[in-house]
Amino acid sequence: MNADKNLEVNVHHVTRVEGHGNIYVNVKNGIIEKCEWAIPEAPRFFEAMVVGRDWTELQHITSRICGICSIGHTLASLKATEVAMGITISNQDLKLRKLALHAENLQSHILHVGFLILPDLMGVGSVIPLASSNPVEVKTVLGLHRMANEMSNLICGRTTHPQRLIPGGFSKIPSIKDLLNLRDKLQSSIPALEVVANLVKSLAPNIPNFVRETEFIALSNPDEYALYDGKIASTDTDSAPASEYLSYTNEYIVPQSTAKWAKHARESYMVGALARLNINYDKLSPLAKKISGMFDLKPICYNPFMNSIAQLVEIVDSVADSIKLINELETTGLESQSEYNLPKIAIKAGQGVGAVEVPRGVLFHDYTYDEKGVCTKANCIIPTNQNHGNIELDMKALLPQILDKTEKEIELNLEMLVRAYDPCISCSTHAVKVHFV
Amino acid sequence: MKPKVAFFDFAGCEGDQLQIANLEEEILDLLGQVEVVSFREVMKEHSDDYDIAFIEGSCTRLQDEERLKEIRKNASVVVAIGSCATIGGINSLKNYQNMDDVKKIVYGEKASLFDTYPARPIDAVIPVDAYVHGCPMTKAEFLHVVKSLLLGKKPEIPNYPVCVECKKNENVCAFERGEFCVGPITRAGCDSCCVNEGTKCWGCRGMVDNPNENSQKEVLVKYGLSVDDAIGKFKLYFGWQGKKK
Repeated sequence: MNADKNLEVNVHHVTRVEGHGNIYVNVKNGIIEKCEWAIPEAPRFFEAMVVGRDWTELQHITSRICGICSIGHTLASLKATEVAMGITISNQDLKLRKLALHAENLQSHILHVGFLILPDLMGVGSVIPLASSNPVEVKTVLGLHRMANEMSNLICGRTTHPQRLIPGGFSKIPSIKDLLNLRDKLQSSIPALEVVANLVKSLAPNIPNFVRETEFIALSNPDEYALYDGKIASTDTDSAPASEYLSYTNEYIVPQSTAKWAKHARESYMVGALARLNINYDKLSPLAKKISGMFDLKPICYNPFMNSIAQLVEIVDSVADSIKLINELETTGLESQSEYNLPKIAIKAGQGVGAVEVPRGVLFHDYTYDEKGVCTKANCIIPTNQNHGNIELDMKALLPQILDKTEKEIELNLEMLVRAYDPCISCSTHAVKVHFV
Repeated sequence: MKPKVAFFDFAGCEGDQLQIANLEEEILDLLGQVEVVSFREVMKEHSDDYDIAFIEGSCTRLQDEERLKEIRKNASVVVAIGSCATIGGINSLKNYQNMDDVKKIVYGEKASLFDTYPARPIDAVIPVDAYVHGCPMTKAEFLHVVKSLLLGKKPEIPNYPVCVECKKNENVCAFERGEFCVGPITRAGCDSCCVNEGTKCWGCRGMVDNPNENSQKEVLVKYGLSVDDAIGKFKLYFGWQGKKK
């Protein structure tokens, strides 16, 4: 049927993703000659920029790798510095940091599912026309997004590029009254989340039914649905401590991309909400499992388009776990700290790895410091980099299945595939366009 | 007719465009005043017919200069948003290093595949009409600048140091706490937001137009700090501005 098909797709800067990426497809007489995922984003060289900088500045600098995941970068950075210098943090600070990470997961996932994915499912080019056609749903999503930002403000002192998170703890913490207030808001967001889940459910038939077996990698922790801490786990192999990340990520350079790519047990692997759900499903809260059940989403799901649904499940789980964390802080009481808190730290030479699950997957920061606390070497491995190889292999598997569609539909399907990964290309350097050439 | 606006990004984290998403319900008000014709992060549609261009990020390679000149040609007003675009921002940290070494540190022996030059703000490449400083920019200042432009006025932004706002907020001075702060020479307008959160000013809004270097030196002497300490801290955000002076 497609033997005489000729097709050129050239998506220059894929839209509704963070950063710049291109898709290049060339089909001649039904034969796919080119199917490429390219990243032309201007590289930023953070690993070189931090060399020579003081240990107190690293989290401030590396937060700027990505506006959307700035809390996650800050936490991975702090963990790397704290491991390198043998710094421990209090149980209370640990709980507050987990709340910070939930705030970011909520901000980012709500933005992605509500503003970037819904337009595809509803057949429009952006959320802007939805503001007049579906005002109630759009206002619901905006309300949830605002709650997530208020949560980030309360814990981190900012919605983007957090201030209060510093080596050894927090410069300032919220009051217990503020936290209980937040808990009320989280509680009352649950009905709104159900509205969004039902809307997505009604549009679920528009999610492409595409399956390709691959490897999934995420942090895993016996005590909880791992975000802040855990061992590196894979659906293909044994797990290992974060310090062994290099044996999982195996980054390599491809000419069409300013971002590095990664592979582990197979040609490529996937990280992110779907990988976490596939590996840690049992640790989800009952409410999150209920949402997952609405979409028949169970491990192991090999449909990358379901990543957006896994994000929806995680939104609910982050709300449930945040309520639990605030309950625990209420029980123990919040220990006050001095104003402008600056934990006393004995500076020493060393190397440390910090691994955190951020909205788009597992993130690693690895720093080496000299005896004055000056950074001499840094390595940052970003979730989207780990996904680039998997995106391209998915594109190559998807394209033959959709060749009988129109050029426009093919372009849309490939773009939707890229968007499902929620790529953060500033992070990975920045990337996404489709070029049919 | 509503003015047509477009958003563009270069080397940066897109945290400033994110602040626009963070306007939440106020976005709907904004959409009543302007027509967004290009915003790659949130919409599929794109048009080169626009009046106001908002640009985030620094220019870090020769090939991006062409894109910037194209935007300048199309727009009647160009607004730089966020530190990377207004002053070069954190990207200019790499300007202190040898560019070949920088590429080697990140890309190893494949370094020659990648192109880069010292990071610079947008006005180092094309004329810029208005600035929204900060890393990230503040939502309030963004709205203030947009409103001024819509009314045909030149947006007023502070040209006094962060210390003025910090004192008004009754913060304990970072120097008194033994920290090094660049507030004395950094442009205000952020309401000293970092110090309010228990830390110090890092300098993300860039230097005021005429920084009082003598008074900064006095501060250094008073707190027993060296010029080297100061230069190290200034490098964090003032890499491009400092070189210019």
